Amino acid sequence: MTAHMASLTAEDIAEQRLRTPWAFGASGRTRALRWAVGLLAVFYLLYLQWLFDFDKLFTGLSRLFVIVRLMVDWSGFADWDHPALLRAMLETVAMAYIGTMLALVVSVPLGFMGARNIIPARIFRFFARRLFDGMRGLDQLIWALVFVRAVGLGPIAGILAICVADTGVLSKLFAEAIENTDRKQIEGVTSTGGSFLGALRFAVLPQVLPVMIGQTLYQIESNSREATILGLVGAGGIGLRLSERIQINAWDQVAYVIVLVLIAVALIDNLSRMLRLRLIGTPARAA
Amino acid sequence: MTQLNPTDDPAYRLFQQRFGAMRRARSTETALTVAVVVLVFVVSAVWTEFSPTKILEGMPRIGEYFGKLLSIEPTRGADPVPVLAFGHIFGGTKEPQSIAYWFYRFDVYARLLWQTVQMAILATAMGFAAAAVLCFPATGTLLRLRPVVFVLRRLLEILRTIPQVVLAFIFVWPFGIGPLAGILAIAIHTTGALGKLFSELNENADLRAVEGIQSVGGSWLAQMRYGVLPQVLPGFLSYGLLRFEINVRSSTIMGFVGAGGIGMELKRTIGFNIYEEVSAICILILLVVVVLDLASERIRHRFIGHFV
Repeated sequence: MTAHMASLTAEDIAEQRLRTPWAFGASGRTRALRWAVGLLAVFYLLYLQWLFDFDKLFTGLSRLFVIVRLMVDWSGFADWDHPALLRAMLETVAMAYIGTMLALVVSVPLGFMGARNIIPARIFRFFARRLFDGMRGLDQLIWALVFVRAVGLGPIAGILAICVADTGVLSKLFAEAIENTDRKQIEGVTSTGGSFLGALRFAVLPQVLPVMIGQTLYQIESNSREATILGLVGAGGIGLRLSERIQINAWDQVAYVIVLVLIAVALIDNLSRMLRLRLIGTPARAA
Repeated sequence: MTQLNPTDDPAYRLFQQRFGAMRRARSTETALTVAVVVLVFVVSAVWTEFSPTKILEGMPRIGEYFGKLLSIEPTRGADPVPVLAFGHIFGGTKEPQSIAYWFYRFDVYARLLWQTVQMAILATAMGFAAAAVLCFPATGTLLRLRPVVFVLRRLLEILRTIPQVVLAFIFVWPFGIGPLAGILAIAIHTTGALGKLFSELNENADLRAVEGIQSVGGSWLAQMRYGVLPQVLPGFLSYGLLRFEINVRSSTIMGFVGAGGIGMELKRTIGFNIYEEVSAICILILLVVVVLDLASERIRHRFIGHFV
């Protein structure tokens, strides 16, 4: 062993390094570069601490502690306006459902239009994709704020916001799913004399339907989580109640509303997992 | 050649019978599913007072509002004109319908957008660090102490379920108005979201490396550091970058509750109906979001390969 090791020359090592570079550690230059990038990142994050303001953080933490203590004291539980809160919670879920369903209706045709194998025209696809990006790029809350100004306060603004933001997400996912379908089935349908629409219905749709159902269920889940905040800008649902209670510092009720939201979200998650299992046979998000 | 009449064949008839029964069962199921979906939709619509007539009434107003967003009043009370027009595009800040006029507060927006991106960077870094620490004891296959795993998993679940904006709104009270509240809120949500994804990666890690280190007397920390981390690190980084993209989007709305970033300016301009500024800010946000998405996608593919 030792004798063998001793007979290794620098050339042997160099040759070996050339033959199997991945068996050796990174070279000095790469390592130096990695360190430089890492240090730069750390220094940059330290510089960002100006935003962070540690004094404020520590004085704030003690105040946060007071708030948390107020939050867990539920002695006034019987006097809270339970019917209104539950109604608002249901309204939130209903908003998420309607918004997602409307988005689904719009997204199916849009998804087909944005797919390369359905519409080969490049320029058309480019604009369809940019439209999806635009709808997706602005957060739901921004859309909600805009729609509150356009149609007034209430759940309709929230529904429209969910619908627009979701159309962007679903159309993009649908278009990608449609592009990933197998060509052979389309050819099969058209070779037996099927029309273009027939090919879409009997060759493309069966392949993408599981993805569509899975994504829609996932969006309903995620939207019922997101919709809880739309009320903060006046777009209906539990968020309005929540923001009222935060503004008057009723921390116990704030905690209660958050618990309500957590319960509702957990219920919807489980329901959608069951439905997904039943409809498409996979429990996980089909992406 | 004799003509075969397939309907006389008993096997064919049996096939038709069975096939028909299956088809009927299938279409009943589909009809039922559609009926339930529609029923829930109608109930929800009644609940939220969402009716087609209201939407139709609102449509012109929506159109009008978006029209106003893309128009400018050259002087107060004058007829609005489109924000951009050929021949004026490259005019100066004094010339309506030019880019410079539309984005006349670009310096302010740019500073706020930069702050927004910084918030996302800091929050992602903090959430990533916390998640990378918490994910190992939150993985059942790596830690035998069931109660610890259970408690940590529930904790991560709660962290990612509380809406970030609500957290930010609450944090504005103790930490004051400014980016700090927003950063903390996003960081907490990121911890929950990444912690779950990371522990799923850990579950899929090959345990033979861990056993190897265990067999030569390595501590639990050493097992995680040298047995698991090298396997999962590319996945961690990839998910982290993906989360950064999401966090940029989230930090644009933190300002709505006073938690810093461009959102504050956007809320103000929407509130005061300064239409052209609203559209200018929205366009800038979109630009930043899309550019960062593309950049982060490039980095993910370049350094990590097509991992996720």
